[in-house]
Amino acid sequence: MITFKINAQEVNFDGDPQTPALWVIRDELKLTGTKFGCGIGQCGACSIHLNGQVIRSCVTPIESVAGQSITTIEGLAEDKQLTPVQQAWIKHDVPQCGYCQSGQIMAATDLLHKNPNPSDADIIQAMSNICRCGTYVRIKKAIHDAAEMMSKGAQS
Amino acid sequence: MNSNEVKVNRRKFLITGMTVSGGLVFGLPTWANYQSDTAENKLGFFIEVKPDNTVVIGSNQPEIGQGIRTVLPMMVAEELDLNWSQVEVVQMPLGIVKTADGFTWKYGGQGVGGSTGTSGNWNFMREVGASARQQFISAAAKVWKVDPASCHSNEGHVIGPQKNQKASYASLITVASQIPLATTKPKLKDPANFKILGKPHNAVAVEDLVTGKAKYGIDTYVDGMKIAMIKRSPYLDGTVRSYDDSEALKILGVVKTTAIKGPQLGKPYNILASGVAVIADNTWAAMQGVAALKIDWDKGPHHKESTASFKAQLNELLQSKGQVVRDDGDFKAKFAAADKQLTRRYDIPFVSHAPLEPQNCFAHVQGDKVRIIVPTQMPSGASRAAAAETDIDRLDISIEMTRVGGGFGRRLSNDYVSEACIISKATGLPIKLMWSREDDIKHDFYRPAGIHEMNAGLNKQGELIAWQHRLASASKYYRRPNLSETEYWKAELYTDDYPANLIADYQVEYHSAQSGMPRGSWRAPAHTANGFVIQSFIDELAHESQQSPLDFQLKLLGDSREIPYENHGGPTFNPGRLAALLQWVATKIAFKQPRPKGRGVGIATHFTFGGYAAHAIEVSVSPEGDLTIHRVIGAIDCGFAVNPRGVEAQMQGGTIDALSTALNLEITVKDGQVVQSNFHDYPLMKQNQAPEMMEVHVVNHGNEPAGVGEIPLPPVAPALTNAIYAATGIRIRRLPIKDQLQVAMKSQTKA
Ligand code: FES
Ligand code: FES
Repeated sequence: MITFKINAQEVNFDGDPQTPALWVIRDELKLTGTKFGCGIGQCGACSIHLNGQVIRSCVTPIESVAGQSITTIEGLAEDKQLTPVQQAWIKHDVPQCGYCQSGQIMAATDLLHKNPNPSDADIIQAMSNICRCGTYVRIKKAIHDAAEMMSKGAQS
Repeated sequence: MNSNEVKVNRRKFLITGMTVSGGLVFGLPTWANYQSDTAENKLGFFIEVKPDNTVVIGSNQPEIGQGIRTVLPMMVAEELDLNWSQVEVVQMPLGIVKTADGFTWKYGGQGVGGSTGTSGNWNFMREVGASARQQFISAAAKVWKVDPASCHSNEGHVIGPQKNQKASYASLITVASQIPLATTKPKLKDPANFKILGKPHNAVAVEDLVTGKAKYGIDTYVDGMKIAMIKRSPYLDGTVRSYDDSEALKILGVVKTTAIKGPQLGKPYNILASGVAVIADNTWAAMQGVAALKIDWDKGPHHKESTASFKAQLNELLQSKGQVVRDDGDFKAKFAAADKQLTRRYDIPFVSHAPLEPQNCFAHVQGDKVRIIVPTQMPSGASRAAAAETDIDRLDISIEMTRVGGGFGRRLSNDYVSEACIISKATGLPIKLMWSREDDIKHDFYRPAGIHEMNAGLNKQGELIAWQHRLASASKYYRRPNLSETEYWKAELYTDDYPANLIADYQVEYHSAQSGMPRGSWRAPAHTANGFVIQSFIDELAHESQQSPLDFQLKLLGDSREIPYENHGGPTFNPGRLAALLQWVATKIAFKQPRPKGRGVGIATHFTFGGYAAHAIEVSVSPEGDLTIHRVIGAIDCGFAVNPRGVEAQMQGGTIDALSTALNLEITVKDGQVVQSNFHDYPLMKQNQAPEMMEVHVVNHGNEPAGVGEIPLPPVAPALTNAIYAATGIRIRRLPIKDQLQVAMKSQTKA
């Protein structure tokens, strides 16, 4: 039995401990905002936060998260208040098909935690998630905007 | 609409290069046929009013990221006179009804392909809104006992002639739903008075997309459902000789296996491959089960095919005369007499669609009913596929459409629906069929590969006087029903494409090649190949004759005028609109300004499916051959831009898609098997390869929208390679670019 926290709730899993976290999150917990795109750590559609750091859940066996804390896209907005990253994504109307965007948002959120004021070069370096629809132009803009919102929020 | 019209249009699709797997109809539906069957709080099929005066608008088309779920309700809302903030949108399922000789649409034609979603529903959706508005006005007039002409609407209310006479649509819906429809077409708004259309809008329910709430096909979880995955033949048209599932069945969670019979050789595909399905309690178990299967494959008829053998075949074909499919004037004589002659060959690879949501489909074949939940571009094709596999009446097959994680033409085919039905029927279980990324890359309807030979002659003044386009390719019309090989060229060459009709001596020739690779429609199908070839060759012709590529092309295109265009996107084409866009992007990027060595600008333009686009790209190439894309300027003229924000998004995304494909993407074959398998060897562009800057410009033209989704792509690859040539003198004639620059720069330095 593997116990861990997801979006602040404690859960147990008693299946194959090698199961990638992605499939526990989707098949068992029915949190379907975290997506499957490649299964080999290439695309980032499955990005989640483990103890606040972004990881790719398709290549993370569930046993390795025992006792730790996961956040998925569903748990990002506390008390239904959208985060600055989510707000910026809406403002810039980033998604097209939208399939990659949970992962993009998890990755961008992680980037802004570590680097509240990233340059274009920092964004390029940190954001390795694939968007098949090619929303990269708006993603970059939205990240800059979210950074600004956060710095204003921090000042006030 | 009767079913005859459906047939006519399916034929039209065949001719114009669209799919035959769906019965997409555009331009035909009118409101009157689709407004019956009214419930209490509904007006027809599309409009429902909630007690708080929220208006729920049904969107009948699949949303694949192109924004149709926003654009169609905008049309309804405009004519219904709503405030956009009071609108909610719901996805409608497939609706079909039986006729004496087949089936016809219940909610208007449903299906997205060929960039027709917006233009094809432009009148229909506005008429739906306008006729509903009429009904609300009539209802209010009836309640108030006044003349309807004395009433008008305003943002979800009807206003009467007397003071304070104001009623919400919600308060009128019951009365309105009982008022018979007017027998004449409703009058539509003057575009000058549009409040919603033509204004930039965010995608409907974008909140759901940033909070993980939006549901895609892959997010389907139905009680009691199992997960199915298939190990498919890695050999093109290979088959299962025998298999051993004993190891697979030992895996915790694996329930059973079932063999999948492959498609019939040479016949239209129902599914892509023979294989063995594993049914399991969860996805991880299914994946492991598939990996544990031991299958003895019959390698089938193509096991000797490779990319090299295929290209040798294409080059061989080009040695002889092919099928001349257009022949204006006397190309041969004019070419022979030309002051300057140029011959070039361009090489286009197979590419895969790779939508980010892998194929999937929920199917439950239960007695004489089928339930399907599926991300598809062609719900009617899904219904036909399910009927064909189960022999169940199409009226007893429900097709629920989910949001779709990318289409790009892949989901015009419903092979995964057929597979899901086969498995559910064989096992009696409700299953969700899942494809892995490897399944998706290895089993696709690839964009056809080909080699193009271009021949042209210039006179003393440097004017183009003879043009010949010779193509050898494996057509996507292979394995289509009732289509002879002499028709295959129609999917690969659009003979009215520019510079046709601008040059008197003009010839197009086709050679049909054989390949075991399944082929299909990839976003802007043959235009991605032909646009690259034509726009590269024009650039070469200009450089060869010491002319500015801009001036050369502007002269060729000439002034604004309509000329005939009989391929999809016609009936006319205006070369002046291309010229205007080309001029715009060239000016914006300062095309004629000299750049230092290693830095260069390229331009290109193309007309696709009724829409016009042009790109200018600025790049630099390091002495080691590393490419940086500094700036992309794009311009699109898609007639009236219904949602400029969405058009801009398609332009940005389409440009990235085209760059990604030109730079990196190719599917190759070895020993009759697809070589690539996942994003490590089919490397879609990431943020780090994207242009440093991109600017797009949306031009409005007239009051009628054209398509958008595919139009941005064709000019991008040639603008890029033309820029590379300007920067380095290296001419890229083979896609993708991959490491060609590194190799060429190395040999340049050596020399
Ligand atoms: S699904 Fe995990 S990185 Fe692609
Ligand atoms: S929005 Fe479609 S994959 Fe990113």
